[in-house]
Amino acid sequence: MIGLLASIVDGLLVGSVYGLAAMGITLIWGVMDIINLTHGAMIVAGMFALYFLVGIGVPAYAALPPVLVVGLMIGVALYWIAVHRMVGRPPLMSLLSTFAVNLVLIGLGTALWGTVLFNVQFSLPGFTLGRYTFPGTHLMAAALTAVIAGLLYLFLYRTRTGKSVRAVAANREAAELVGIPTTQVLSLAFGLGVALAGVSGTLIATMFPFTVLAGDAYQLKSFVVIVLGGIGNPTGALIGGLALGLLEGLLTPFVPVSWTLVIEFVLFVVVLIAVPGGLLTLARSRRT
Amino acid sequence: MSAVLAVERLSKRFGGLMAVNQLSFTVEEHEILGLIGPNGAGKSTVFNLVNGVFPPSQGTVHFRGADITGMQPFRVARAGLARTHQIVQPLTEMTVLENCIVGACFGRENLPLGKARATAREAAVFVGLEQRLDTPAGQLTIAGKKRLELARALAAEPTLLLLDEVLAGLNPTEVTHMIGVIRRIRERGITILMIEHLMHAIMSLSDRIVVLNSGQLLATGTPQEVANDPAVIEAYLGDPKLAEQLQGDG
Amino acid sequence: MIFRRPFFWIIGLVMLVFAVAPLLGNDVQLRESLLLAAVYIILASNLNIMLGYTGYVNFGCIVFFGLGGYFCVYLMGTLGWGLAIAAIAGGFAVSFLAFLFGLGILRLRGAYFALATIGVNEGVQAFVSNFDPWGGSTGIYLSTELFQPLGGPARALWVIYYLLVAVMGISLYLSYFIKVSKFGLGLLAIGQNEDAAAVLGVPTPRYKALAYCASAFLPAVAGGLYFFKGAFIQPTDAFDLQFSTEAIVIAMLGGQGTVFGPALGAYLYEELRGWLLTSETFSNFQLVIAGALLLVIVLFAPGGLMGWLYGRWPRLRKILE
Repeated sequence: MIGLLASIVDGLLVGSVYGLAAMGITLIWGVMDIINLTHGAMIVAGMFALYFLVGIGVPAYAALPPVLVVGLMIGVALYWIAVHRMVGRPPLMSLLSTFAVNLVLIGLGTALWGTVLFNVQFSLPGFTLGRYTFPGTHLMAAALTAVIAGLLYLFLYRTRTGKSVRAVAANREAAELVGIPTTQVLSLAFGLGVALAGVSGTLIATMFPFTVLAGDAYQLKSFVVIVLGGIGNPTGALIGGLALGLLEGLLTPFVPVSWTLVIEFVLFVVVLIAVPGGLLTLARSRRT
Repeated sequence: MSAVLAVERLSKRFGGLMAVNQLSFTVEEHEILGLIGPNGAGKSTVFNLVNGVFPPSQGTVHFRGADITGMQPFRVARAGLARTHQIVQPLTEMTVLENCIVGACFGRENLPLGKARATAREAAVFVGLEQRLDTPAGQLTIAGKKRLELARALAAEPTLLLLDEVLAGLNPTEVTHMIGVIRRIRERGITILMIEHLMHAIMSLSDRIVVLNSGQLLATGTPQEVANDPAVIEAYLGDPKLAEQLQGDG
Repeated sequence: MIFRRPFFWIIGLVMLVFAVAPLLGNDVQLRESLLLAAVYIILASNLNIMLGYTGYVNFGCIVFFGLGGYFCVYLMGTLGWGLAIAAIAGGFAVSFLAFLFGLGILRLRGAYFALATIGVNEGVQAFVSNFDPWGGSTGIYLSTELFQPLGGPARALWVIYYLLVAVMGISLYLSYFIKVSKFGLGLLAIGQNEDAAAVLGVPTPRYKALAYCASAFLPAVAGGLYFFKGAFIQPTDAFDLQFSTEAIVIAMLGGQGTVFGPALGAYLYEELRGWLLTSETFSNFQLVIAGALLLVIVLFAPGGLMGWLYGRWPRLRKILE
């Protein structure tokens, strides 16, 4: 029983990083109603960034700020390349355009690095409680997630730019009317979403090995998280991430890893069908 | 004369907001019933409740005696109830004729493609779109799109037609033309329930008027009666221009 | 009448070309590349029924192909059924499964539906990988004895080729007949504006389900034929998302919503691929090229090649579909 508890706690730690990744997707979805199918590729990019930076001697966690900044820039560029013309068009188009970019990126990745497993070589002392040790990397990742999430909140709720992001998310036309430069805000939001994906990838790479194709699985997890927590809702993304982490913690002692993904997908489809707004909206409506 | 549409104690709650509250009214066969009220009174919501876009929180809707409460929109359409939208919804990449064929194929008569084409053409000509049959719907002017919305609904050969602000955004010439079209629709035997803000139009077209305010029934009666009803005038005092029109035209 | 419309005969012509070309000079290599083209056309045309007509992207459409393959291979290898009947039975089985999946996921709109279809593919792949009667992750091998009723391995390959050409023709005709039918009109209306279509009386749930099932049948049959030909099926090949992706690129390249588009797109894509594979530098970059192509199409020519042709020569609309 205590083993299960340890698994759950660890699941929660890792789950928080899932939540961070999901925040990236949900931000973009909420602000411009577009699903970023390059999300997985951006997570992998963050992973590779860590690998190479550590390779040239940068201390692991110091990789985060550059990944954040570069991620932002890449995201803005992606917005202008593939997304700008798709805003307001039928969802099919933006799905296909981001999907196409993803193909290009993953294609380049597999061409360059094949399906080789990469492992970032470093570790942190863990935290031991009784028979169980919680990996230091997991603890650190969860802590940093909290910091980054906190920074995101400060940005969204305490800065002018952040407020304009929320305004555009709420009603783009109205925001335009009050003088907010919506296109720039949209590109910024997309950049942020990509930066969050990259950073979460970096954190994941501190915990687990990865391949070029790993992005798919994490992208899927991000979608599951959003569906659990509600689309367009950063808090929901965090909570959803924890919930998913909890689920994984419950499953890993009993179920082979290859099935976890299937279960998550079934969960995804089931929740989508049953509660389109995400589970959190269910909780909210019960209170009113 | 029997009631084509009977709405009883209809209510719809959205979260904390009671959009429609215990509304009851009937639409008699062959009449034109006008549905008016200040902005936000819940008029379009009533339409959405009647044709199944949302299920009501309470109350019933009967169409020609049959209970259609909460029935899915396509079934309601099949039963013979057609509706136009306040914000036009053309099938943009299809031509005017094709839009109407959709209406004819899937409406009350459920026609096969061949016969639908004839009915569709007739409906498009009826509203004055005969020059534009092969134009993609997205390329029409706003007036054209409004006419298409109407033609499409007519192509379905409905028994009851719900018109949602079909005159909004039209210039005076277009309005006069549309009013003529609506009168001719009634002459064909189709019952009409219409929402409109253009007071002089709806007052002159309607046989009876239902006034809605904050989701509740405020008054019903002939246009004369309603225009002179103090409660109605008071509700519209919040909108002095309309109040003036109410009193001025009658 | 249908026979008066030129396009009816154009499809026939395409089939004729496919049938006759490899016979000239007994060109086995040509036959193999035409076979692959036929498979792409089958996948893309059937995908188009959902994508081009209703606007719903089935990212995981390969699941029909793979499952059809499994049913056919299993029925032939383990139960000893004949090729044609096993492939067709696979088609029906998969359509039925599509109906069941559809009940769930067709309620989802646009993007959600697209993501769910990936889920269906991944879920089925994971399930089959763990499903022992179907060989689990190793898959099923067929003994070459099974080629004997068809006249031996060499002749069997020709038979399978012609069967696939037939399926390709049926796919094109199916796509065509749907498009000019009342059902097709309803699907197109759904693709334009689903809510407005419903208000107009189009029975959207039933039509979407029918389209989804219809789009499953022929790919499943084709899958059966394809994997029987290889005498081997395993989960990673059967449910390879890359194949799905290529089908999407082909449908978009040729022109989604048109009947001829997938055929045109498949031809162009095959040519491109052939050229890429022979070029040293580019053979690894297949996916990259596909992605770049898709991006360009979506950004600048969403109607694909057919869309461009129609824009240039509107008269073509009357001849081609």
